[in-house]
Amino acid sequence: MASYIGSATSRIDGRAKVTGEARYAGEFNVPGLVHGYVVESAIPKGRVVGIDTSGALEVDGVIDVLTHRNRPPMADNDDAYKDEVATEKGSPYRPLYDDRILFGGQPLALVLAEDWESARVAASRVRIEYQKEPHVTDLHAQRDTAFAIDTPEKPRGDAGKAFASAAVRHVAEYFIPTEHHNPMELFASTAIWDDGRLTVYDKTQGVQNVQKYLCGVFKMKPDEVRVLGPYMGGGFGAGLRPQYQVVLAVLGARALKRPVRVMLTRAQMYALGYRPASIERLALGANSGGTLDAMTHEAIAVTSQFEEFARNDTGWGNLLYKSPNAKFEHRLVKLDLPTSCDMRAPGAATGVYALECAMDELAIALNTDPVQLRLQCYSERHQGEDVPYTSKQLRECYRQGAAEFGWDKRNPQPRSMREGSELVGWGMASGVWEALQMPATVRIVLTANGHAEVATAASDIGTGTYTIMAQVAADMLGLPIDNISVKLGDSTLPQCPVEGGSWIASSVCNAIANTAREVRGDLLKLARRMKDSPLADAGVDDVALTDGKIVSKRDANRAVSIASAMLSDNAERITREETNKVAEDKSHARNVHSAIFAEVKVDEELGVIRVTRLVNAVAAGRILNLKTAHSQVMGGVVWGIGMALHEETLFDHRFGRVMNANIAEYHVPVNADVHDIKVIFVDEPDETVNPLGIKGLGEIGIVGVAAAIANAVYHATGKRVRDLPITLDKVVQFN
Amino acid sequence: MARSGTARRVTRAATVPEKIPIRLTVNGSQMELTVAPWTTLLDALRDHLDLTGTKKGCDHGQCGACTVLVDGRRINSCLTLAVMKEGAEITTIEGLARDGELHPLQQAFIDQDAFQCGYCTSGQICSAAGLIAEGKARTPDEIRELMSGNICRCGAYPNIVAAILQAMERS
Repeated sequence: MASYIGSATSRIDGRAKVTGEARYAGEFNVPGLVHGYVVESAIPKGRVVGIDTSGALEVDGVIDVLTHRNRPPMADNDDAYKDEVATEKGSPYRPLYDDRILFGGQPLALVLAEDWESARVAASRVRIEYQKEPHVTDLHAQRDTAFAIDTPEKPRGDAGKAFASAAVRHVAEYFIPTEHHNPMELFASTAIWDDGRLTVYDKTQGVQNVQKYLCGVFKMKPDEVRVLGPYMGGGFGAGLRPQYQVVLAVLGARALKRPVRVMLTRAQMYALGYRPASIERLALGANSGGTLDAMTHEAIAVTSQFEEFARNDTGWGNLLYKSPNAKFEHRLVKLDLPTSCDMRAPGAATGVYALECAMDELAIALNTDPVQLRLQCYSERHQGEDVPYTSKQLRECYRQGAAEFGWDKRNPQPRSMREGSELVGWGMASGVWEALQMPATVRIVLTANGHAEVATAASDIGTGTYTIMAQVAADMLGLPIDNISVKLGDSTLPQCPVEGGSWIASSVCNAIANTAREVRGDLLKLARRMKDSPLADAGVDDVALTDGKIVSKRDANRAVSIASAMLSDNAERITREETNKVAEDKSHARNVHSAIFAEVKVDEELGVIRVTRLVNAVAAGRILNLKTAHSQVMGGVVWGIGMALHEETLFDHRFGRVMNANIAEYHVPVNADVHDIKVIFVDEPDETVNPLGIKGLGEIGIVGVAAAIANAVYHATGKRVRDLPITLDKVVQFN
Repeated sequence: MARSGTARRVTRAATVPEKIPIRLTVNGSQMELTVAPWTTLLDALRDHLDLTGTKKGCDHGQCGACTVLVDGRRINSCLTLAVMKEGAEITTIEGLARDGELHPLQQAFIDQDAFQCGYCTSGQICSAAGLIAEGKARTPDEIRELMSGNICRCGAYPNIVAAILQAMERS
């Protein structure tokens, strides 16, 4: 039987998705459903001094309007609101809790009506009286208020002194604006109240995280709350923390003792989390031979007034490049906004953008090819921890990526390549992310008819978790993939962390391997007890499950069919549940790497930029599914194109509100923006990172892409744009 | 803090528009429903007929997730009032497969992995069906341009183009 692991297996949930059968959180039309509509704050900071709901209550079909004054009881302490992904420092936002307004778009009332349209029109009739307070929402205006936070990256040597005496220096500031995830599915929750028990369909990347959170907020026992999310219409980090609509839906359900759905509008989703705007300063000093002497990376990023959200923006240079002197600093500015949050490759998407643009600028200053500079500075060890990598095939990424792209045909001179009225630019960058693993438990139920159910409380947010779990289980149990069913997205299933950080594949697949080993052990016990058993003296690791049989690894003729082993004991099913072993071992760094090569064409007169070709060569350990893995990296590249050229949340700082809170004016790439994307998976066997050698792929696809494009735009035009997005007005030079 | 559930009984001065009975042919079946004039075709499908395969991604005609075929033409059902389509023939994603056999576009979307989360997929497939019927798209560049009203945040665009080409070749 051919191995499913590593094959290009089509998604097992594909049919449900192309036929419309897959139901998402806001699509459970239970009888008696009440529709909730959120009334948001029009000001970013202050207090609610009056709410007049009478106009809303006059609307036919309206049942009630909940505000902080009449809502059902909620917990009154921060701990209850701290979910698994909450920031270490600060007080989590409590939806509809009191009269305090912490950010624009904050929910202040929930209209509950028999139908959605009535709820919506009634919401427009809720009158709120505010007591305004002065607000700040502009990072640039507030940068002097930035305060440093503790980061794990320790300084080495004296970066300032080494920079001052370096033969070649580059120092610059880069800016990444606020970005919003904008998953296609609107955030929605359907809360069903049944005599003290709560069933909630929620758009989330972690059903158990939401379940624990709701138990805390509403002081309910674990067995009284069940959270489900079999499908999720995109997360990208926005669904890691429980979002406010789930609290509002539960408040409504508890108040009315009826099922309640709350679906946010696209505009309302701009008051959820976002990628924090960040100012990144890079100071690189090189000796005349073209190796780094000094590396300083400082970031100033946005958080809210009430929580400190920060991710590692500055440490990535420690993983990519040798430098005897290095200094890193991460500072935060508190603004009157919702708390910033994880968004695809948090920290790396932004920090590596700045680092890799700076390396490009240094290469130009050194008159060195950008790939060559990176090879000269290549680090075989994690510079901060001074440990080797479990594997690092980044050199091979550069080599294969450059070969596929045709990098050797590049004329290094800016504005030297053109095609008709378009300037052609070629740029490159490196990418890096972590290969993480978290504890996860998988249950396998093998039935005598040769079918297995594989279950854990993970969420498949589109990443392909259903499919890779089926592949791994099919291989480990020796069954055809059609005999495997995978259950996810239910808080009552075995423990699993939130789907994020690229850790799910390694966590759940290694858990499947452990559970399958136990199942194999049970089967072997049955087989050994059979009369004249050919496996009488075999141990659990002497046999494999293949083609529906328990087979000796030494002699394939010595085999017992799974069905007959189970039949021999009248065993209808074997149920096992095991957890992956997460290594505490600090002796190695665990990372994935990539090299990105981009071609842009820039209309010389109009400044219109198109990314016409892009190669992303990725080294990420074992690739479980060539089809879904390709899609993940390709999707990351599309995100990188958006980050480089399109995406920016625009604020009117006078009002502290988002100006482009819709998906037409917040630009994301559309089909016509995306051309030739080539994804290469570089072979990277790794027996150290975890038993199956899986490193994860969710984040690496975006990392470095914006830098490669920005570097290509410079090469095309001779104009260095450091503030993202690179819109045409920044490229066209008037006068 | 006052508990809810004792909402003030007031004279309901604000009247909502009267509901109107309409008839639609949805996926070949005659449907009779009573909707308010402000109910969009999208909400009529999702909330009244429980056809949730048609997705709501923006409600403003900006994302294309709600694309359905009305009398064979692709439209944004969120920008269409249900009452405007009295007597029309509507095809949603649920109506594309025949006797359990997937429409060539549905099969091509699976084969080419033309989606990840699946939320834009119904709209992409309906839009692609409309596009093929229009007969305008022949090259990948034309497909890209004419499919740009359907946003895919997972970034499956190249695979969507490949899937449409596959379906065009086989049909």
